[in-house]
Amino acid sequence: MAGALTTSKASNNSTYAGLGNLLMLPSWLIIGFFLVLPVGMMLIYSFLTKEFRGGIIWEFSLAAYDQFFFDRGLFGDDPAKIEWTYIKIFWRSIWQAAVATFFCLIIGFPTAWFIATRTGNSRSIWLFLITIPYWVNLLIRTISMKFLIRDTGPMNEFLISTGIISDPIHIINTNFAVQLGLFYSYLPFMVLPIYASVERYNFSLSEAAADLYASRLTILQKIILPTVKPGIIAGCILVFVPSLGAFLAPDLLGGAKNFMIGSLIEEQFKGNAGNWPFGAAVSMILLSMVLIVLTYYARQQSKEGRR
Amino acid sequence: MTDIAIDIQKMTKLYGSFVALRDVSLSIMDNEFFTLLGPSGCGKTTLLRTIAGFEDITKGAIRLYGEDIADLPPNKRPINTVFQQYALFPHMNVTDNVKFGLLRLGQDNATANARVGEVLELVQLTSFADRLPAQLSGGQQQRVALARALAPNPKVLLLDEPLSALDLKLRQAVRLELQQIQHETGITFIFVTHDQEEALTMSDRIAVIADGQLQQVGTAREIYEAPSNKFVAGFIGETNLIDVTVTDVSKGQATCTLPNGVAFNCPASDGARTGVGHLSVRPERVTMTSPAKGLLQGTASRQVYLGTDMHVEVTLDDQEVVTVRVQSSENNHVPAIGEVVGLNFEAGAARLLAD
Repeated sequence: MAGALTTSKASNNSTYAGLGNLLMLPSWLIIGFFLVLPVGMMLIYSFLTKEFRGGIIWEFSLAAYDQFFFDRGLFGDDPAKIEWTYIKIFWRSIWQAAVATFFCLIIGFPTAWFIATRTGNSRSIWLFLITIPYWVNLLIRTISMKFLIRDTGPMNEFLISTGIISDPIHIINTNFAVQLGLFYSYLPFMVLPIYASVERYNFSLSEAAADLYASRLTILQKIILPTVKPGIIAGCILVFVPSLGAFLAPDLLGGAKNFMIGSLIEEQFKGNAGNWPFGAAVSMILLSMVLIVLTYYARQQSKEGRR
Repeated sequence: MTDIAIDIQKMTKLYGSFVALRDVSLSIMDNEFFTLLGPSGCGKTTLLRTIAGFEDITKGAIRLYGEDIADLPPNKRPINTVFQQYALFPHMNVTDNVKFGLLRLGQDNATANARVGEVLELVQLTSFADRLPAQLSGGQQQRVALARALAPNPKVLLLDEPLSALDLKLRQAVRLELQQIQHETGITFIFVTHDQEEALTMSDRIAVIADGQLQQVGTAREIYEAPSNKFVAGFIGETNLIDVTVTDVSKGQATCTLPNGVAFNCPASDGARTGVGHLSVRPERVTMTSPAKGLLQGTASRQVYLGTDMHVEVTLDDQEVVTVRVQSSENNHVPAIGEVVGLNFEAGAARLLAD
């Protein structure tokens, strides 16, 4: 027994290192084929020339990025002005995603808290209920939302039939409809990470704070929120990032006025009218923005970890 | 006359139909090191939590220096707690942990910092002020918890088995330190433990609790030497319980008949009655002699070596076992197993217990 232990320790560096690499191979392959390769392709495409019926010509060009940032007039020979159209779409996307994230947090935190403070069995039931919507495809869920909230949908009809309102509440094709759709799509992504960190929360910390003269509000602010912060941040990232690039909710619920980045990118690759290099460039700009936020967050985290 | 710090009157605590505390009445004096001692699940921690305000009481009254505090939430009671697992705030360094209560009391930063310096010095942690709890050893975390609870200068300090997570050596050192700090600060300490040695060495007075009821309140010596019932005698230290027939109890004295028919007079606890009773005799108060000279006779059945001492178990004729403690360093005659011996003890060493 002791002998075997010593041997395995001694050979740790040679045999196990080799085995480790072998075991990592599938992960590396998946990351390579499904992450590095497609993103690399998009990066290259964004620097190529567009072909008119969709597709690309293998010729280096900065036209895609130029189109995003600058307006050179209809024939491209006017002096360059800043092009606000796409920046506005970006800004609107960030705003919509931020509002959706905020609603998810406001609703998700109490939900997660509620679930985490249940006892064993009922806790599993609640968690199960949270994941049920995921059994249905996102497209179908978004369309059902559309039917639910449209002017002649069940919600409005119910409210009118009870006499609470006389005219339907107009929700469909507004910013709010998009926010609602995003909120509905990504709420579980907020609940689950917060649940995980609240579940680990040591409730005697709340008692200790109360014992040290803290009011309920102070306990929430100074003790609970800082301790479960990693879960809250993880939840916010998991909601914000996909919301930013979402195209189903804005397409189906927002209509043409409430265009978001996801739809902009989607358009460029759809049918014959698209512009592949431009779509790739918009994707790259979006990706860079997300990476900057995530890198900043990771830096903060490791700083706190070192402290 | 000393003031009463905590006065508990006929307190009952129910969890549904489960009785956690039954009719507890207890007065804890100002500046006292008071220990609640009992096996796990006896209600001692519940009692402590009702004093802190984490549990409301079902019936009865609880007063702090005469003021009724039964309805005050924990953050309104000038009482602080050292928690069993310390409950240090993991995201705050030592200073901020200790300062937390001071800031909540409305102290300004400078005053609070000065006070933090004082208490950290008291618990000898000055050089660790900037560390996070996770960067401290168990013993250091325990001191931070103590400093944090002492900093607001509470009227009463509650300690919920604060030493149970420490190893033996450290526990013994911290015991002395706690006593010293209690002397220096003059704060009333209420200490919860299941460790009878801890209770005996540290406390001014001890309350023994079992099944949610007070069994006995007294000094360490009173509880050890004059236990009031079978539970207390068995829980505090080791004791021999000898079945006797009691023929008379009056004025704290009992007349009873030992298993071998010999009549015997000894002190009796309050509540001891005639009929079948139990005589408690500590192992160190029993001596061995020749069979003819002994009050009781039996056969040596087992020897247990304990370092400085030795336990000899003697089986009486009715199969009861009496343990005798003999110092191993002396040239005492230790009977061989199977040898018939006589057992003696003085009347003052024995005590008839209430059941």
